Amino acid sequence: MNQNLPNPLDQVVDICALEDILPDTGVCAWLDERQVAVFRVGDGEDLYAIGNYDANSGANVLARGLVGDLGGRVVVASPIYKQHYDLKTGECIEDPIASVRAYKAHVVDGRVRVTVPTSKINSSGRKEHLVVIGNGMAAMRVVEELLRIAPELYDITVFGAEPHGNYNRILLSPVLSGEKQIEEIMLNTREWYGRHGIALHTSDPVVQINRRERTVRAKSGYETKYDRILLATGSNPFIIPVLGNDLKGVVSFRDLHDVDEMIDASKEGKYAVVIGGGLLGLEAANGLMRQGMKVTVVHLMDSLMERQLDKHAGAMLKASLEARGLTFMMEAQTEEILGYDHVIGVRFKDNDTVIPADLVVMAVGIKPNIELAQSCGLRCGRGVIVDDTLQTYDPRIYAVGECVEHRKATYGLVAPLWEQANVCATHLAQMGFAHYKGSITSTKLKVTGIDLFSAGDFMGGEGTEDLVMRDPKRGVYKRLVIKDNRIKGAVLFGDVADGPWYFELMQKNTDITSIRQKLLFGQAFCEPA
Amino acid sequence: MNAVKTTCPYCGVGCGVLAAPRKDGGADISGDPQHPSNFGKLCVKGSALGETLGDHGRLLYPQMHGERVGWDAALDHVAQGFRKIIDEHGPDAVALYVSGQLLTEDYYVANKLMKGYVGTANIDTNSRLCMSSAVAGHKRAFGEDLVPISYEDLELADLVVLVGSNTAWCHPILFQRIVKAKEQRPEMKIVVLDPRRTATCELADLHLPLRAGTDVTLFNGLLTYLHQHGVVDTKFVDGHTTDVERTLAIADNTAGDLRSVARACRIEPSVLGEFYRMFARTEKAITAFSMGVNQSGAGTDKVNSIINCHLLTGRIGKPGMGPFSITGQPNAMGGREVGGLANMLAAHMELANPTHREIVQEFWKSPAIVAKQGLKAVDLFNAIDEGKVKAVWIMATNPVVSLPDADKVKSALSKCELVVVSDIIEKTDTAAYAHVLLPAAGWGEKDGTVTNSDRRISRQRAFLPLPGEAKPDWWIIGEVAKRMGYAEGFNFSGAHEVFDEHARLSAYRNEGSRCFDINGLSGLDRQGFDAMDPIQWPVLADAKGTPRLFENGRYFHADGKARFIPTPPRGPAHATDAEFPLVLNTGRIRDQWHTMTRTGRSPKLASHIPEPFVDMHPHDALMSGVRDGELVRVATRWGALVARLKTTPEQGRGAVFVPIHWNNQFASDARVGALVNPAVDPVSGEPEFKHTPVRVEAFGVAWHGFILSRDALDVDGVTWWTRIQGQQFIRYELGGRGVVQNWNELGRTLLNAESPDADWLEYSDKTAGIYRGVLMDGERIKACIYVSPRPDLPSRAWLSGLFGKKKLEDIDRVGLLIGEPVNKQADTGPTVCSCFGVGRNTITDAIRKRGLKTAGEVTACLKAGGNCGSCVPEIKSLIAQCAAIAEETAA
Repeated sequence: MNQNLPNPLDQVVDICALEDILPDTGVCAWLDERQVAVFRVGDGEDLYAIGNYDANSGANVLARGLVGDLGGRVVVASPIYKQHYDLKTGECIEDPIASVRAYKAHVVDGRVRVTVPTSKINSSGRKEHLVVIGNGMAAMRVVEELLRIAPELYDITVFGAEPHGNYNRILLSPVLSGEKQIEEIMLNTREWYGRHGIALHTSDPVVQINRRERTVRAKSGYETKYDRILLATGSNPFIIPVLGNDLKGVVSFRDLHDVDEMIDASKEGKYAVVIGGGLLGLEAANGLMRQGMKVTVVHLMDSLMERQLDKHAGAMLKASLEARGLTFMMEAQTEEILGYDHVIGVRFKDNDTVIPADLVVMAVGIKPNIELAQSCGLRCGRGVIVDDTLQTYDPRIYAVGECVEHRKATYGLVAPLWEQANVCATHLAQMGFAHYKGSITSTKLKVTGIDLFSAGDFMGGEGTEDLVMRDPKRGVYKRLVIKDNRIKGAVLFGDVADGPWYFELMQKNTDITSIRQKLLFGQAFCEPA
Repeated sequence: MNAVKTTCPYCGVGCGVLAAPRKDGGADISGDPQHPSNFGKLCVKGSALGETLGDHGRLLYPQMHGERVGWDAALDHVAQGFRKIIDEHGPDAVALYVSGQLLTEDYYVANKLMKGYVGTANIDTNSRLCMSSAVAGHKRAFGEDLVPISYEDLELADLVVLVGSNTAWCHPILFQRIVKAKEQRPEMKIVVLDPRRTATCELADLHLPLRAGTDVTLFNGLLTYLHQHGVVDTKFVDGHTTDVERTLAIADNTAGDLRSVARACRIEPSVLGEFYRMFARTEKAITAFSMGVNQSGAGTDKVNSIINCHLLTGRIGKPGMGPFSITGQPNAMGGREVGGLANMLAAHMELANPTHREIVQEFWKSPAIVAKQGLKAVDLFNAIDEGKVKAVWIMATNPVVSLPDADKVKSALSKCELVVVSDIIEKTDTAAYAHVLLPAAGWGEKDGTVTNSDRRISRQRAFLPLPGEAKPDWWIIGEVAKRMGYAEGFNFSGAHEVFDEHARLSAYRNEGSRCFDINGLSGLDRQGFDAMDPIQWPVLADAKGTPRLFENGRYFHADGKARFIPTPPRGPAHATDAEFPLVLNTGRIRDQWHTMTRTGRSPKLASHIPEPFVDMHPHDALMSGVRDGELVRVATRWGALVARLKTTPEQGRGAVFVPIHWNNQFASDARVGALVNPAVDPVSGEPEFKHTPVRVEAFGVAWHGFILSRDALDVDGVTWWTRIQGQQFIRYELGGRGVVQNWNELGRTLLNAESPDADWLEYSDKTAGIYRGVLMDGERIKACIYVSPRPDLPSRAWLSGLFGKKKLEDIDRVGLLIGEPVNKQADTGPTVCSCFGVGRNTITDAIRKRGLKTAGEVTACLKAGGNCGSCVPEIKSLIAQCAAIAEETAA
């Protein structure tokens, strides 16, 4: 779009007389439902307008900042913390996240006028069409953010494989364990989609993307053109390739359907075997146990949740879960799932042990769902490869969530999705300047009564240092991994109150030298009374 | 049972104590309001006597080569051993080394055995290390070992000069009497002469931080000054003294000019002049002196240089004036009276005097009487080392710790054919070398008399049963004597009979020729002895005591006159040099006593200064490359120790101070005796404890740590350790040289918590070298260990308090690993007032929050300082510190 061509639908607002603004100062005006800072640079008619809100200080103050030149860019320095904002683009030079909106300002007959675009309507007069493939948490978070910053920009169509609206997948465990009802975990109801003019196609996954024609085709055969695609196909549970993995009673733990199936199984059967001692497996096992089943967790490794916990915490977790009634088979490799029609047992490799099973839950991991992306020729690694703006190799296609691979990393946790969604939405809104640099992740286990927190590089290694506290009797274990006086990772068991604080210090890369010896004892203790 | 009146077993002040035995075997201790030494007051050590009772650690049965034996076997062995050596090598091949802790009766029997029966004067005592220079000085000046004044005189004086005496810490009750007198008469002046700025200086109008070893010059200077300014009692000098001219001439030659004296003593001339003027103008002047004077190669001369000034001005034998030796031990004086030193006979009679020898032998009807001086302490152990003395019996003292060049004592004892040790404690550094260990009765169990610094004989009375098979020392000595074939001289049925014999000997053929005469106390039967009230000797037939001597101007040289003694100054035996550039000074601290065998058992006393330390001026520390709070190695030509460095401007430059108390029972490496040079005063034989050239250097350790534990632990494997008795726990301060790879393992081993089921909580920061481990026993804490590469460990005070709790809350468990209370106000800081257990933080908080200005106000608020008053100087300095901080903040 050429900003210099006036759009007839834009609103031009008269602000004041040119003389009312002293040379090299700014004034504040109310337009576009917000405060806008209007600057006069030099004593001529060189005018700029940007949002007045300084996110660094949380105050509407930019109009009062000093105007200057920073490496050839005309900038205003925030009067509070002195970050510089480019008057032409609104970019905050030190922290692009804090950037503000820029407006066109000019002089007509000695009067200062600022142009407010009423909506981002392209030159053809038609709204662009955004097709969202996937109705999961990542996709819908992007849509929500997009609606917030550019509500009128797109016509939006959402395709989802599941029959529901959008729900909080991470709360499936409490549903399974009976601690929460399905209604409680719904995020966006069908009504919500309607209210925002979003066309929702449930139980109808997209099966083909035609990039040449810019169309997508759903399973039902429905086809539509697109201007942009947001790809968020998520991931699929990994099903181990053993005989019997297709029997009835063998489920994964991925969606509401799986949960329903498990709850039904718990009503009929007695024995459950959960294959996989990771986060998901343990939550499933706990849920099934609370539904009254006798649950055995089968884990290939010698320590539970080895991707999130060190051995010590893993052992404490195991002891704690055993005390609640779970049974564990460690370092056990499944050989075969037994049964003719319905599962009746599981046999293991080493010594031909067989244990009975009325239900087998596969929770050995997930893999990004890239089938669709691959089929349309998008470049993929383990996931759909995206850049720091969450754009794929096709500029019209963005991708977020568990299906993407960003800087060689894939994510299976929710926090990175939020960060990706935030960045992606700004770019879809055509006001993108933010970059996604990857996430440090943290984990909590959603098993009531077990407090566990893990974040970052909890294993440590060459060049890292450990702060460790153990109080086995009280069931407390804390370990922080430090490198160059910064927290790189944390494992907390039993007392996780300070998990968020450590995570924040980790993300902010805070130097902890001065509080090092008190760090492990918590925020309350480290901050001066 | 009603409270028993007895006498404190610590310093030479000789305070009366009321001991009320409790059913649990302990006793409630309070001051005896009727005792003229203390009128009911007790210092912190005395107040804590109750904590030192009990069988724990006591030697309860005779032992031979580490095996328990019966009394008969042990006594026979000792008697035969001595007999055999005497028969083969003569009487001078055996020796007794006794102590100012013995009662007069024990001392008397020991002295009688050696000098009248065995026929050797090889009996010396740890009093040799303490006040033998005062004895020698007194004898040279007065003709007999006589302390002229009475405590009351201190209260009557207008000027009290304290020389080489940290009276506030070492003789607290006497100090409190001076404090009170000064409160009532603020015009009374106090001058302190001490190289260190000690707690005593808090009271002083003037402090002269004289260079160590220059006392004689200073008092020669005073003598000259007095003479030059005509402050001379000519009538007294002419009528009652001799040798004044010679003495004045030498003083004038060596210290005739105030400026050169000031330079020699390294004191501001104006300050020195002020002291001289003050002394000249004040008739009622007392010069009180203690170990800073006595423990020197010129100790006797120092004593005489002081006495000279009193003789010149005639300030002696009158109320409120005189020279005054304050003795260190409870019964140093009693020992002197019975002749318990190698160069004395008995009842203040002289070995060298044939008439005296005849009197004593006639009285004793003994087979022998010794004519030749015996070996004094340092020579005695040299003789053992050389094999000349082949049997030694050590009673109630710990020479492996307390003698100079103490490592040599170790080697001497390890070579000696027969080492017998009588003690009340089983494990001491000296007991480790004993072939025979004999269990003696301790304070509270034994019965007899002691004599304090102002010649007051007081009763120590038993209020507890004898534990195990322990026996009084006089009985043990008597039994050995009988088994050696001396039955007739040692048939005593009780201490009263010994005392009676002692009293009668003092009067025997005396007729006023000897000042020491307690005839008035002779003839007491058991009841009479039990009822005896404190009394100052001489006690003549009228049975009235004598508060003050020389009131009639009569002295006890043959001519009845006192002697001026010329005292040409001479430097210490060993001068400092480039290799050993500083001077080592040794001494006591407020809350410990001697080698801690008794006081080391008291948690209350341990809390004041828990660890062996080195006091050093900050500049000297900088020059030596050592830092406050770290461990340092203190080395002399004779030995070395390791202790924690305390830098303080109160320690004068050029000298360091190390306390005498710690030994191998309480610390891995803190026996200062091993460092002290063995030079002795040529007259008195007293060692030069206050002046050994020394070097201080960093003692690098890889880690510092401490353990608190309910049970005693074995920490011998650790490079450096100190053991500190706490309330319901024992504390170990540690320092380690090796880098520890696995602290979990070492910590659990040290704390006996190897079992995997042990309730063990821990915190570790391996890179930073920080480890904290806690062993719980149910809901109580059992032990904990804290380790850091620096001495910046958590406060012990709060952690210690947790041992008193029956149940620890979760918040305490968290606090345990932090090393500080989660609620910060719970930390009271290190104890300042031991009597009421008030910590430094509590006091400074109160001072700040309530704006307290005086120690009295602090006492009113917190009780601190209200009992013994020993901590009042510290409270004052805390008030001053708080004020200084407040001023700085305001500015």
